[in-house]
Amino acid sequence: MHSYIIRRILHMVPTLILISMASFVVIQLPPGDMLTSKLAKLEEQGEMGSESALEQVAVLRERYGLNDPIYVQYFRWIGNIIMHLDFGESFTFEMDVIELLSERMGLTLLMTISTLIFTWIVAIPIGVYSATRPYSIGDYGFTFIGFIGLATPNFLLALVFLFFQVSVFETQSVGGLLSPEFVGAPWTLAKVKDLMTHIWVPIIVIGASGTASIIRVMRGNLLDILGQQHIQTGRAKGLREIKVIVKYGVRIAINPLVSRLGLELPNLLSGAVVTGIVLGLPTAGPLFLTALTSQDMYLAGAFLLLSSSFLLVGNLFADIALAWLDPRIRYG
Amino acid sequence: MDKENLEAPAPVEESRVSESYSQKRLIWKRFLRHRAGVAGGSIVLFLCFCFLFAEFLAPHDISRRYFQHVYLPPQGIHFFSEDGFQLRPFVYGIKSVVSPEDGLKRYYEDSEVQFPIYLFVRGDRYKFLWLFETEIHLFGTGKDNPLFLCGTDRFGRDLFSRLLSGGRVSFTVGLLAIFLSLVLGTTLGLVSGYYGGFVDHLIQRTIELIFAFPSIPILMSLSALLPPQWPSYLTFLGIVTVLSLIGWGGLAREIRGKTLAINNSDFVLAARVCGAKDRRIIFIHLLPSMFSHIIVISTLAVPGFILHESTLSFLGLGIKPPLTSWGLLLADAMNLHALSLYPWLLIPGVCILVTVLSLNFLGDGLRDAAAPYSTY
Repeated sequence: MHSYIIRRILHMVPTLILISMASFVVIQLPPGDMLTSKLAKLEEQGEMGSESALEQVAVLRERYGLNDPIYVQYFRWIGNIIMHLDFGESFTFEMDVIELLSERMGLTLLMTISTLIFTWIVAIPIGVYSATRPYSIGDYGFTFIGFIGLATPNFLLALVFLFFQVSVFETQSVGGLLSPEFVGAPWTLAKVKDLMTHIWVPIIVIGASGTASIIRVMRGNLLDILGQQHIQTGRAKGLREIKVIVKYGVRIAINPLVSRLGLELPNLLSGAVVTGIVLGLPTAGPLFLTALTSQDMYLAGAFLLLSSSFLLVGNLFADIALAWLDPRIRYG
Repeated sequence: MDKENLEAPAPVEESRVSESYSQKRLIWKRFLRHRAGVAGGSIVLFLCFCFLFAEFLAPHDISRRYFQHVYLPPQGIHFFSEDGFQLRPFVYGIKSVVSPEDGLKRYYEDSEVQFPIYLFVRGDRYKFLWLFETEIHLFGTGKDNPLFLCGTDRFGRDLFSRLLSGGRVSFTVGLLAIFLSLVLGTTLGLVSGYYGGFVDHLIQRTIELIFAFPSIPILMSLSALLPPQWPSYLTFLGIVTVLSLIGWGGLAREIRGKTLAINNSDFVLAARVCGAKDRRIIFIHLLPSMFSHIIVISTLAVPGFILHESTLSFLGLGIKPPLTSWGLLLADAMNLHALSLYPWLLIPGVCILVTVLSLNFLGDGLRDAAAPYSTY
């Protein structure tokens, strides 16, 4: 098992390198370098042409090594990230990317992970219910809701939530993850509690389609398994029905769900980005959109790199969990 | 006697003929039994028809602004007036009052004025099926008279007409994107599965790299790269390209798996033993036998493309005006003020929901019909 985990981690390295290269390509793709937009900004302020503006840009160009060949730039970029956690500077906000992104990225990941837990807690019991009472009214009801959940894009669900909050509950303080008094405050127990009271709206919005698909998979798997002979054997031995279903059925039906985590996580993260934008949450989503529209490419690239690295780690955990859960998986 | 003996086997022969169907007919018959699939398919067909004749069905031009009717709620169609029932439906005229408290315009039905709805009326000029210019619309109340079935937006443009036009864009994006990804995915999947080795390794690693990124953020990054000065139709094509560049991976994987499975079957082995060339095996044996599979996976993939396009357009990184799409229409609803006062701006969301649901049902029906016992 240990050697499996080590090999699995080593296997991540080439992918990680490729991801960083792809992110760097995305940073480099817009025409001109990021100082072009800086120049334009200075021009707007009427400083263009003055010695200091040109000098400032020249200094920056030298500092970021924009005159170097592209592979040198890549190695400097990735080197700074690995050695100093320095993702470069955001030119729109005139701040270090890491400073700008760290808390928001943390909240995004927290939202993604809590949504994952939420979808499992909600979907598995429903899936079990549907599979043990197939073609009943409840089963049809959940299937129907599931289909709707799969067909509703995240942003639409977020809009509907906003609509209900405005028109039914008539509160104007919609969206947001924190009450106004906690924004920008240091992390205390009270702040965490406040976060917990706000976070469930985005969690439901992000988790809807994931829940629907897990219900479908769980129902299908469990139905297949409940038709198998070891279930019959268990019943023939006189085991209680609950034990037959949970220990003989659900225990096996969970495995494919774990292996689906690799598909689930990217969707949840995508959902967290979109939902963050629509509900105006202090997460990385709105920042990412701003970065893209204002060509703040170091910020955008940092987000891409961080989020895909997170997915890689998520996949790693899923694989390890699967190897641990399912004895049929050979990892020797 | 002799004659009877000769004729006797005939009915048997006939019944055998009536029992054996071609593969296509079998699939069709099984599909017809899948009620949700048939319903979904019918709705999809109906929508295709509507989108094809969008300008003809729409009472107004999509960019025509009715400044006196900004943010008008959906108008009701009436059959009963003070004179009792009348067969020809009509809409009432519109009175507007600007309320002194909040400065908002409120609209009321003016029961004095009735605009009967006629078939084949003259309205804004448009090009029928991109062929010839005409000004005949299927229904309407005549030029410059109000008929706003789904209300109007902040410029007083008719939402119903814009829904039809936007639906056409959203749907076409889905279809073109699936076509492009199929070309990419089928080619690369076949090559990957058939030749194996280094090429297979390279293609699989590429797909893994694409899957390593969360889909919406990478789509957003790529569409943000489309030059903002591009005209609307070029951006449209750009979005299609971006969607397929990210979307082909899943299809290629499925095709690869199917290729591997069929490649080991006896009839392919037989062909190979007979000395068939690679090209012949791929085009005569492999491709035709996975045709139904390809149709199924592409039908199931279209809704994903439509959802992604609407998300991109909603975020302002997709379709640009003057073209419109359901996602772009919904972007108007993304502020609390508009959402609480003008809830009909959410109608495009209902359209997305219905379309995606129908496509999902159609795909499920086709899948069950094409391979009743296999699970994908």
